[in-house]
Amino acid sequence: MAFTPLKETYPGKVYSVTIGMGNKAVTFGGENVLPFHAFEGIVPNKPVVAYEIQDMPPADWPENVRKPYEGVSDDPVTWAKYCQDVLKARAIALRLISTHPDRENRSPEDAAKTVSDVLSAIDIPLIILGSNHAEKDASVLVAAAGAAKDRNCIIGKAQEANYKTIAAAAIANNHKLIAMSELDINLSKQLNILVTQMGFDKERLITDPMCSALGYGLEYTYSVMERIKLAALAQNDATMQQPMLGDIGMYVWKVKETQASETDLPQWGSVEERGITWEAVTATSLLLAGAALLIMWHPKAIEAVEKVIEELI
Amino acid sequence: MALTGVEIFKLLPKTNCKKCGFPTCLAFAMKLAQRQTSLDLCPDVSEEAKQKLGEASAPPVRPITFGIGDKALKMGEETVLFRHDKRFVNPCVFALEIKDTLSDDEIKNKIEEVLTSEIERVGQKLRVDAIALMNDSNDVGRFENAAKIIATGAPDVPVIICTDNPQAADAVIKLFTDKKPILYGADSTNAEAMAEIAKKYKSILGVKASVSGGGLDELSALTEKIKSLGVEDMVIDSGARKAKDILRDNTLIRRAAIKKNFKPLGYPVITFAQRDESLFETLIAVIGVAKYSSIIILSSIEKWKNLAIFTLRQNIYTDPQVPMQVEQKIYKIGEPNPESPLLVTTNFSLTYFIVSGEVENSRVPSYLAVMDCEGLSVLTAWAAGKFTASKISQFIKESGVEHDIKHRELIIPGYVAILSGSIEDKLEGWKVTVGPREANGIPAFLRSRTA
Ligand code: B12
Ligand code: SF4
Repeated sequence: MAFTPLKETYPGKVYSVTIGMGNKAVTFGGENVLPFHAFEGIVPNKPVVAYEIQDMPPADWPENVRKPYEGVSDDPVTWAKYCQDVLKARAIALRLISTHPDRENRSPEDAAKTVSDVLSAIDIPLIILGSNHAEKDASVLVAAAGAAKDRNCIIGKAQEANYKTIAAAAIANNHKLIAMSELDINLSKQLNILVTQMGFDKERLITDPMCSALGYGLEYTYSVMERIKLAALAQNDATMQQPMLGDIGMYVWKVKETQASETDLPQWGSVEERGITWEAVTATSLLLAGAALLIMWHPKAIEAVEKVIEELI
Repeated sequence: MALTGVEIFKLLPKTNCKKCGFPTCLAFAMKLAQRQTSLDLCPDVSEEAKQKLGEASAPPVRPITFGIGDKALKMGEETVLFRHDKRFVNPCVFALEIKDTLSDDEIKNKIEEVLTSEIERVGQKLRVDAIALMNDSNDVGRFENAAKIIATGAPDVPVIICTDNPQAADAVIKLFTDKKPILYGADSTNAEAMAEIAKKYKSILGVKASVSGGGLDELSALTEKIKSLGVEDMVIDSGARKAKDILRDNTLIRRAAIKKNFKPLGYPVITFAQRDESLFETLIAVIGVAKYSSIIILSSIEKWKNLAIFTLRQNIYTDPQVPMQVEQKIYKIGEPNPESPLLVTTNFSLTYFIVSGEVENSRVPSYLAVMDCEGLSVLTAWAAGKFTASKISQFIKESGVEHDIKHRELIIPGYVAILSGSIEDKLEGWKVTVGPREANGIPAFLRSRTA
């Protein structure tokens, strides 16, 4: 029996999204096949990994992921430049975590200032994230979007509770937008529809189906991503054809496996390598499920993931 | 192609005698098409039909058991391409490579690593499952020597004998007689000799396309040839070593098997993931776990690496329809007495194991009331209306825990602090205390209460 490879071609295609300006702009998405299936279709862009930085010192990060940023993470501008110049980041994700009412409750004006300071120091693309407090984000991200006007950033995350104001700010200032829902393909689709019904261009949207870490619900994110991807390709569903985000770092670095010491749990091995591996494995799994943009924390995990992307592409 | 119910029906006696336990031959045929019953149940089916149906109703990826006894490993039997369609069936096997160029002591150390690799996670015992002995020396004597150390040092661990030299294979496989090893290394140059040995020792045969790139074409021809030589149990290697090629070949193999019932590739896949750098090797293994490898060969098995890949395998292979759950009941941790604290949580396995682990760490004997929330985590169950004040109150009342304890204090998870008032309203005479949000705060919390 001769073997004829069963190639799958699909009617649908993922939109490609470009962020940033000039020769430092990056593009992701654009494929018309499942992740890394270049043998049966086109995969024009490789996934992008953005380094996460925050607008206040990451005192609550586990030591092993704080260490690589020692001396630079006290100030978001220095931190951003370090990622760009020394770590050769292709993109940066600035999380305005200090604006959270339970943290420093900093004002939208403060946030806007941080955004302009960071933007004036870097020329790679910037992703601007709120503190994930739906109400506060609505005001913070509006101010931040204004401060970044015309720099072609990504603003996020718009959720069901606040998408109207945030999407409007992204339109007004020419940004891309992350729409996030909670691990449910139907909710994700519904939010994309709501956002586009406001006049937001469906080709400027990025879907965040919500991340979960290895061992803590990863399989849910994995399968929701695979299902979204299949809906985009096989069903040619335009409300599911947005490239997907995996917001890896913040989910991974809070689980026990990335923190517990080897003295307490000798059977788990070195905590430093364990943490890095936990992040890299979570990231690689979600790439295989269909994520096109990742936000990560540890430089060594990012380096390994970029290397595996090179080999997969 | 798998047969449809109607096609199967045509091959049955059509007497509707009901001896199979189904009301009609058609009903039986429909169940057969869904692989939910076995042809053996019909006593009157003709030999000819049996043969046709046997071929068509065999699972698309051949089921093979590797090794024997407690540590035997089931492989194959997969029925889907995506885990959301249906549970992936047999978790991939992790094997550590041991090269025969190592010194005896180095080999012993590696064996020890395999034997001590077991970790418990969410109630399951996970370990590096097998050893792959590599004939890197190209020397029969050295190969035999290494094999002896393994056969005595790890007599129960399933072994993959890797060599393309039939002489070396023959010398070593004797040491694993009746242990159902895999003999890996049949290719287009040695297929006859290797098939002979595999048959003689009833081993599984590992079949490989040349690394220079005969690919799936060459592989299909080889497995057909070997099958005609009388070997049925095979594992297959397309020769892919780069990430991209592994993903492509594994996908094409699984698709051919599932979607076209293409028998020459309907075998478990073996993937060689070895790399110089351990973290990078881990990520190559990730591709194998997620995308259809049945055996993954690793060059090193550090504890941190094992924990990560075991966990990923567990995640990918869980049933997407039913979250892993534990039984609803009052669990005793340590040896609690009537004054010991009582905590409540949901019956999602992950939640239960994390929380009970931390309560154990605290060394404060306690009662843990685990409530059936259909396997949802605390917040998910709360958001879904399954972990509510009235349901918790009812559960506590009906659990009978009031006979075990004297006090009337219930500790609830920090994430559902909001429920404390309404539980107190519903559970008369009880006081509700809000515990920490994350379980890793439990030891300090419990200890500070007894201090
Ligand atoms: C995986 C997941 C799911 C899975 C379900 C998995 C499962 N078996 O439960 C699915 C996809 C089905 C799901 C569905 C929903 N989900 Co959900 N889900 C998650 C996710 C990503 C992880 C949950 C998890 O596994 N946690 C791990 C376990 C171990 O955590 P845990 O049980 O809470 O236990 C910890 C603590 O509570 C504590 N603890 C536990 N017990 C006890 C006891 C005591 C005494 C103490 C002191 C401590 C303690 O220790 C544990 C470790 O620290 C979380 C977000 C996140 N990252 O946490 C959202 C999350 C829980 N989901 C959420 C929601 C809203 C939903 C849905 C209602 C929405 C939807 N998408 O439809 C549905 C409801 C389900 C339904 N209707 O059937 C929200 C809840 C919002 C809120 N604050 O109430 C969350 C928080 C997402 C978010 N907003 O960020 N979800
Ligand atoms: S036992 Fe065989 S002949 Fe009788 S009803 Fe069942 S399938 Fe038909």
